[in-house]
Amino acid sequence: MAQNVGNKNAEALFHLVDARERLTYPDNAAEGITDEGDSYVKTIAKRFFKNKVAVVSLGVFILLLLIAVFATQLSPHPRDAITGQFQAAPYDNFYLGTDDIGRDVLSRLIHGTQVSMIVGLGSVAIYVVIGTTLGLVSGYFGGVVDSFIMRVTEAVMSFPFFMVILTLVSLLGSGIWVVTAVLGVLSWPALARLVRGQVLTLKEQDFVHAAVATGYSTPGILFKHILPNVISPILVNATFGIATAILTEASLSFLGVGVQKPRPSWGNILSEAQSLRVLTAQPWRWVPAGILIFIAVLSINFIGEGLREAIEGETKN
Amino acid sequence: MAAEPKEKKPIVEIRSYKQYFNEGKKSEVRAVKDVSFSIYEGETFGLVGESGSGKSTTGRALIKLGDITGGQIFYKGEDISQIKRRKDLLKFRKSMQMIFQDPYASLNPRLTVKEIIGGALKVHGLETDSNKRTEKVYELLESVGLNKQFANRYPREFSGGQCQRVGIARALAVQPDFIIADEAISALDVSIQAQVVNLLKELKEQNNLTYLFIAHDLSMVKYISDRIGVMNNGRVLEVSNAGELYEAPLHPYTESLLSAIPTPDPESERHRVRTEYDPAYHHYDNLDRVALHEIAPEHFIYCHEDEIPLYRKKREKLLKKARQYA
Repeated sequence: MAQNVGNKNAEALFHLVDARERLTYPDNAAEGITDEGDSYVKTIAKRFFKNKVAVVSLGVFILLLLIAVFATQLSPHPRDAITGQFQAAPYDNFYLGTDDIGRDVLSRLIHGTQVSMIVGLGSVAIYVVIGTTLGLVSGYFGGVVDSFIMRVTEAVMSFPFFMVILTLVSLLGSGIWVVTAVLGVLSWPALARLVRGQVLTLKEQDFVHAAVATGYSTPGILFKHILPNVISPILVNATFGIATAILTEASLSFLGVGVQKPRPSWGNILSEAQSLRVLTAQPWRWVPAGILIFIAVLSINFIGEGLREAIEGETKN
Repeated sequence: MAAEPKEKKPIVEIRSYKQYFNEGKKSEVRAVKDVSFSIYEGETFGLVGESGSGKSTTGRALIKLGDITGGQIFYKGEDISQIKRRKDLLKFRKSMQMIFQDPYASLNPRLTVKEIIGGALKVHGLETDSNKRTEKVYELLESVGLNKQFANRYPREFSGGQCQRVGIARALAVQPDFIIADEAISALDVSIQAQVVNLLKELKEQNNLTYLFIAHDLSMVKYISDRIGVMNNGRVLEVSNAGELYEAPLHPYTESLLSAIPTPDPESERHRVRTEYDPAYHHYDNLDRVALHEIAPEHFIYCHEDEIPLYRKKREKLLKKARQYA
């Protein structure tokens, strides 16, 4: 109602403006905008770096990454070489002692970081690509395409996850790349659903209609216009995905179907604790591996949490 | 009032367009039941009606944002439902553009102004060189009264009026012939409405555009339109020249709509009589021979054949009355 009353006045205003030679815009000054012109990424980064726990965790994660990359240079001893005494407690430059055949535990842990990082990042990279693409397609096209993709998703989800992995790994043979691939190929359903849900609301927004009206092709609309708006939940999901993948790899290796000896992984180092004697009398052989898994998973979870808060703060303001 | 277009050549023709959502299901919504009108080259056609009357749906169908349920829509003599090949579709998209109601929602929050406007240029291959494209974006920003320094900013950093001008710049980028302004000023406050409407008028003269101006606000439509169509409940009830519509509103719904415009004069506002329109009065659903009939040249009413003489008489009377007061 109020708007209607105003419109008569607006008419008067129009004629006034019309009388002028050229239209003027009082809001045209570049300095008229107070908001610092930060990009979206920068705003999120700023908020993320205010979260101390998350920043420390990010530091830890980067450190682990560096350790993985420079494993050979950092290790005091070769990975698989029998260099020391058997089952010795820490001595000399064997800072974490040796295992049952005299290999340096610390060097093996450092190389184990490589495995965890490859499996964690690799499998997440695989499932993010699959999950995002299927989610985008499913949500955007709807109808039969959507139904089909969602039924497949549910089918994959309904398998008991660990059993399928065990079966596949024992069929395909174990090893770091198989574990990575299997984890990647089985973990996408949750992400696909998440992305689909977001796309369902986004595709009804005017800016998507505007993109259609502008003439963008369908892939152009999906990847240029919709994807940037779903990137934040994907990122959060991916972080937690890395932690889960590291844990799953450790579990598989612990059970002996993951990464195979002599290649060390935190999981198969930990599996030595299956022997009661090691568990009770030789803590140096398994406690450090456990602590590393704990630290890696915890720090990644904190990073994810920090990201989530930084992004949700965005929507709240 | 804007000058009459010299040569009347229809750019858009809509023939008994229908749009049902969730057809055949329990939740079926008949958003548009029977819409027919033409828009001539170079004119501004105002489409008015209350919320839910189907005017925005009509605009969206016209720009091919979805499939239509029935009827035909022609653009430059071509049935738009037959445009299927990517090449033809791009040509169509380049020729027709839209300005949306919500200035914020119509701009992608993750893209800068440069990407939004430049994207339109890129899609149509208008400027392939990235430096030249940036220049062109600056030019477009300038033409809608925005500083070129805004190019690297995100939509949320702008006011509503500025966002709407970015939207207009995006529409203009591809040099269209026809622009649909879907409630383009409804979300803006009054002084900004004036600014945007004047900008649209200016751009129309500079670029030889044709507008479909969708609005629910009659005084604004009167100001900008050459011809006006009145919609209610999924039908176009009256189409007429803007001047005649306000002098001789023939359909009871148009009368009611016009009587609802408040006047800024408190004295006359006190004595203003509102005419109520009862949609049950017309049983359009159950009658045949009901269609848009020409009562007088360029004045159409959605009515039964038998009603035509009555409307003609009414028109004579109203016009005589209007001339007396003039």
